Amino acid sequence: MALDRWIALILLSICFLYGYVAWFTMDGNLAPFMQRKPIWPSTFPKILSVFGIILSLAILLGFEKSDDTVGEIDYRRLTDYKLGQAILMLALMVAYALCLRSLGFLGSTTAFLVLGSFILGERKFHIMVPISLTTAVVVWYLVQEVLGIFLRPLPFFMGV
Amino acid sequence: MLEGILIGLQTALSLQNLLMVIGGCLIGTFIGMLPGLGPMSIIAIMIPVAISLGDPSAALILLAGVYYGAIFGGSTSSILLNAPGVAGTVASAFDGYPMARQGKAGKALTIAAIASFAGGTIGALLLMIFAPMLSSVALLFHSAEYFGLMIVGLSAIAAFAGNGQVAKALLMTVLGLIMATVGLGSLFNMPRFTGGVMELQSGFGFVTLAMAMFALPEAIFLVLKPKNVGDDGGEIKDLRITRAEARAIAPVICRQSVQGFFIGVLPGAGATIASFLGYAVERNLASKEEQAEFGKGSIKGLAAPETANNAACTGSFVPLLTLGIPGSGTTAILLGALIALNVTPGPRLMIDDPQIFWAVIMSMFIGNLVLLVLNLPLIPYIAKVLAIPRNYLIPFIMFFTLMGAYIGQNNATELLLLVGFGICGIALKFANFPLPPLLIGFILGGMMEDNFARAVQLYGGLSFIWERPMTLGLLIIAVILILLPSMRAMNARIRAKGVADGD
Repeated sequence: MALDRWIALILLSICFLYGYVAWFTMDGNLAPFMQRKPIWPSTFPKILSVFGIILSLAILLGFEKSDDTVGEIDYRRLTDYKLGQAILMLALMVAYALCLRSLGFLGSTTAFLVLGSFILGERKFHIMVPISLTTAVVVWYLVQEVLGIFLRPLPFFMGV
Repeated sequence: MLEGILIGLQTALSLQNLLMVIGGCLIGTFIGMLPGLGPMSIIAIMIPVAISLGDPSAALILLAGVYYGAIFGGSTSSILLNAPGVAGTVASAFDGYPMARQGKAGKALTIAAIASFAGGTIGALLLMIFAPMLSSVALLFHSAEYFGLMIVGLSAIAAFAGNGQVAKALLMTVLGLIMATVGLGSLFNMPRFTGGVMELQSGFGFVTLAMAMFALPEAIFLVLKPKNVGDDGGEIKDLRITRAEARAIAPVICRQSVQGFFIGVLPGAGATIASFLGYAVERNLASKEEQAEFGKGSIKGLAAPETANNAACTGSFVPLLTLGIPGSGTTAILLGALIALNVTPGPRLMIDDPQIFWAVIMSMFIGNLVLLVLNLPLIPYIAKVLAIPRNYLIPFIMFFTLMGAYIGQNNATELLLLVGFGICGIALKFANFPLPPLLIGFILGGMMEDNFARAVQLYGGLSFIWERPMTLGLLIIAVILILLPSMRAMNARIRAKGVADGD
């Protein structure tokens, strides 16, 4: 089965779950005065779930002849590409999300940029570190001072 | 209209807004040249900045400047390096890159600059003429008609989807609508589909979704398949174009400005389709010997897509400003920004906030002028950005997507959502599912449900569908739009089987 039909299968199950919630469980705790209205919070989702199920079935069962043109990247030969690097980059992003609060913005951003270019094969640390540090400080200044959004700059054990 | 123009000039020519136009164009040009960051991603990155400005006209002016700049910057990298940074400029590379290879890079850039300038300016003129007309028609619209119109807009996406892509595009739209129902609805005070997760009470963040669907997959694709970036574009000389060449491209520019504008007005079309269509049309119109030159460095082949994509960018502002319906992913993001700034685009915009409406139009003229001034002398220097090695470029792109999502919601959970959705986006992209319909559906979803709910409450049921002729008409158009491509495909299949279809 081709990838697009697998995805259609996953979306179909999501639509079923969504539809189940909309049709059967959502209206249970609806206030009495709302029950007298012609439209309920579940009305629109009910319609959507039906459409979603029909459309994903149409793709799953192959009603529409899909074109088999290979896009920019052929997923059947993923290992031909730099898959390891891509997965590491995604993992790095997750790590960044988890460390942002505890390590502080400056530290985690610098580490993210240095490690990111390291993963991609850069080894010139004397260029990587200053550039990353400058970016981290400049962006922190812009976000904190210009936009006024709080970003903890330093690790949790060093003040706010 | 004259009064409006004067109001617009007054707002657009204030020092702050002039700086916004110039800044927006500069930022857009710089980032638009980077491969992998289209106008959609750039605008998504700029939204937090624009929203925090607090002034809606300044924000819209800034974002419009970024939009133009991005399309423009994309054309420089497609001409110099054959590396289009933006989908709308892919067609510019067909003839622009061969010209650059022949040592006519300077001439190619000049033609691109002039064609873009003309396309944008003529587009803005048409916008001035047609937007008020469209908006006075739009004032007759009820919530029922709005609902119908949004259905038309969403189904137009299907009509423009490629062969064998209609079901996929529609499914993506429905998925976007489904995602829009997560969280607290505005008409009902109860959380829906949150699964008890606190962070989902306010729904999915729109910037997060935009980043996850566009910028992140593009960055990962760049990691997976390195493109040749940083090749030397060669010397840039010979900026002048001859009088004969100018005479040759003048009709092309005129035709493509108008055609591009009207394609841009249609919901779901946009700059990419306009540029490809413009290229194809001009190729068919050209004489035999000129046709042979297309693809090998024809000046007409470069001028056509460049004019069309800029005119289409302007055209896509018409439905956004007058009906409140975004025609493309980019204007969908702009709509989100406007709503965040407490401005509801739509027919009332010209009456309630004329200064916003006219200031945007005036700043389009100023923006085009700024871009022309920028492009001509500065291009050789600006192109140096492309020399940034990919090893540095990609981590920076990723960092900016993370920052965009974080600033939007101020919440580290959002970053995990971003990566999660990003992986989904990559998988969808692998399987050739179009992603812009998902975002358009997500953004229109909330409004669509509100209008639907209002119409149902007014009529006490679904009777508004057949009691209001305009709604019925719009819904019929929508059904036709959805059925048309599949009928065409079926016809083609029948013909391919050799069944006679009668003369």
